[in-house]
Amino acid sequence: MKKLLLILAMLLVTPLAAQDNLPPAPFAYQQLEDPELEAMAQDLMITLRCLKCQSQSIADSDAPMAGDMRHQVRTRIAAGEEPEAIREWLIQRYGDYVSYQPRVKASTWPLFAIPALLVLGAILVLRGRLRKAK
Amino acid sequence: MTRFRWFLWGVVAVAAGLFGLFAYQLTQPKDEFIESAMIGQSIPAFALRAAVPDRPGLSSEDLADGKAKLVNIFASWCIPCRAEAAQLEVLRESGAEIVGIAIRDRPEDVSAFLQVYGNPFTRIGADDISEVQLSLGSSGVPETFVVDGNGVITYQHIGDIRPEHVRTILYQLREAGA
Repeated sequence: MKKLLLILAMLLVTPLAAQDNLPPAPFAYQQLEDPELEAMAQDLMITLRCLKCQSQSIADSDAPMAGDMRHQVRTRIAAGEEPEAIREWLIQRYGDYVSYQPRVKASTWPLFAIPALLVLGAILVLRGRLRKAK
Repeated sequence: MTRFRWFLWGVVAVAAGLFGLFAYQLTQPKDEFIESAMIGQSIPAFALRAAVPDRPGLSSEDLADGKAKLVNIFASWCIPCRAEAAQLEVLRESGAEIVGIAIRDRPEDVSAFLQVYGNPFTRIGADDISEVQLSLGSSGVPETFVVDGNGVITYQHIGDIRPEHVRTILYQLREAGA
């Protein structure tokens, strides 16, 4: 229990201490001039996890690191990079956890297959019932 | 009809199993650390200006000079970085070459920090917009990477280095060829 409390206390320390003195990265709070590119960046940013405040997207978070990640996204999009390539770049560094967009992989396919199977099963049961009712 | 009843019991069993799994996971402590996926890969190319006047800056070429090193990601505003200063000093005395990357920091703040807590670094690069930190897959300060002589990341330590971590880090550094 004591250990657990210590671990919890440790988790509290880092965010409180994360107060730096440098101004935010140029494109942390500055939108891109081209509204189309900005919309593209926005669509990507709401699906990327803030690594500091892990339940927020980088579009939502005011953590300096989230600002730095927004800067990366905006400058890369302005440079003509595809949003999915940027997502891939981050996944290469932080794993799938950094992206909120679920992906079909060897370990995740049941998440997609089971609902489909359940719906199929429900249809079969319903059809049987309806036939009996006639 | 009995077959249907068995089927219903099956549903109950699956639901109970799921709830059991949820209950188990809820009692497990949450792991907030995000490990870098870059372990085993080469450091991406970068070049950072010097963070303080009396140490040179840091580039990816400096990390591929044939000697295994520790790359410590720190900041003067980071409280746990103060706590690990003593351990960095022990590592340096044990023969580790340590280079630093200062995250979002002003030169005067870094200098003042090193004055108080000691300067175990041979080089310190200034990463003003966390660009290099992001490219390494590091998600906070402090973090310490072991990088071998070819510039390949072999180990990552997340959080401040405590006395009990020194041995592991030295071992990892030797494994990397230091």
